[in-house]
Amino acid sequence: MANLKEIRSRITSVNSTMQITSAMKMVSAAKLKRAQDTITRMRPYADKLQEILSNVSSSLSGNENKFSRQREVKNVLIVAITSNRGLCGGFNNNVIKEIRYSIREQYAGTDVKVVSLGKKAFDFFKRSSYHTNTGFGDTPYSIFDNLTFDNSSAIAKEIMEQFSSGKWDKVVLVYNRFKNAAVQQMMHEQFLPVLPPVNQEAGSSKTDYIFEPDKEQILENLIPGSLKIQLFKALLDSNAAEHGARMTAMHKATDNAHDLVKELKLNYNKARQASITGEILEIVAGAEALKG
Amino acid sequence: MRVEIITPEKTLFEGEASFVYLPGSDGSLGVLNNHAPLISSLKKGAIRVKEGSVEHTFQVKGGTVEVLSNKVIILAE
Repeated sequence: MANLKEIRSRITSVNSTMQITSAMKMVSAAKLKRAQDTITRMRPYADKLQEILSNVSSSLSGNENKFSRQREVKNVLIVAITSNRGLCGGFNNNVIKEIRYSIREQYAGTDVKVVSLGKKAFDFFKRSSYHTNTGFGDTPYSIFDNLTFDNSSAIAKEIMEQFSSGKWDKVVLVYNRFKNAAVQQMMHEQFLPVLPPVNQEAGSSKTDYIFEPDKEQILENLIPGSLKIQLFKALLDSNAAEHGARMTAMHKATDNAHDLVKELKLNYNKARQASITGEILEIVAGAEALKG
Repeated sequence: MRVEIITPEKTLFEGEASFVYLPGSDGSLGVLNNHAPLISSLKKGAIRVKEGSVEHTFQVKGGTVEVLSNKVIILAE
């Protein structure tokens, strides 16, 4: 039986760990709420933009935009979106695993580079030959310190410029999508070239719009806008998913700590009882000896 | 007419207005009640919205506007 003092100190240490994990859970819950609010605030914009975009492009056939041009895929850029901090379960590892898998399988034979948004991916890829951050400033991974539309659209703009200059033939985003607090969905999404918009009941809103200056130019204006939104949405989604994952992970850790404390307490009481029983036995034995 | 100015981060303005002035990329636009359906891109400039006797001004870097059945939706950046 382990000695009493040892068990007591273990109970104290597990208890204080539990305090930390449950506090982190609360913090994540609050941050998750805020992250979800940001997504909700962005949604009307994204929806409306999509609506106008499909409205304009549905009546414009065979448009060859510089962002929708399909080329033979030789150079691929993967945008890895992870978190800055750990302690959130398999969140970051899933992204890294997915990227390593697709480099090996899907993009075998092409030249792949990875730009990391989020410190965890950066830490992983910075030493590999896939790492790149040319044109994205010194620390593209620090975007999550200050996640605003302006910061995110600067990155989107840089990617678009590099794509149209021919540096990349395909750009994909790999990130966790927020499904609910417990579930993250791995996303592997094509960013560039732009996929033709899905024709959702073309002609459902056949309004005769006046276009100013003209459809082509509006489209040229809208497509970069929708790409910026796509990246921003991915970042926000990943941010919310991160907090969701951390909340779940910390919840599990707190539960585990509870179980551990329970078990340790049981052992502690057993040991205490054993020592008391031992003492009584000694006293009784002593008394017997005196009698005889 | 109903006017909404939305940015990716928040809704800047939502309400009834009698007149909206927009920096269209081909020149300024004014939108009054019962304007014909219109989609236009915007350039850098100020949006002015007249709500009763009050006038609100918003600076934008660019964006898109849609006018449809007395509803003006401005996607600003």
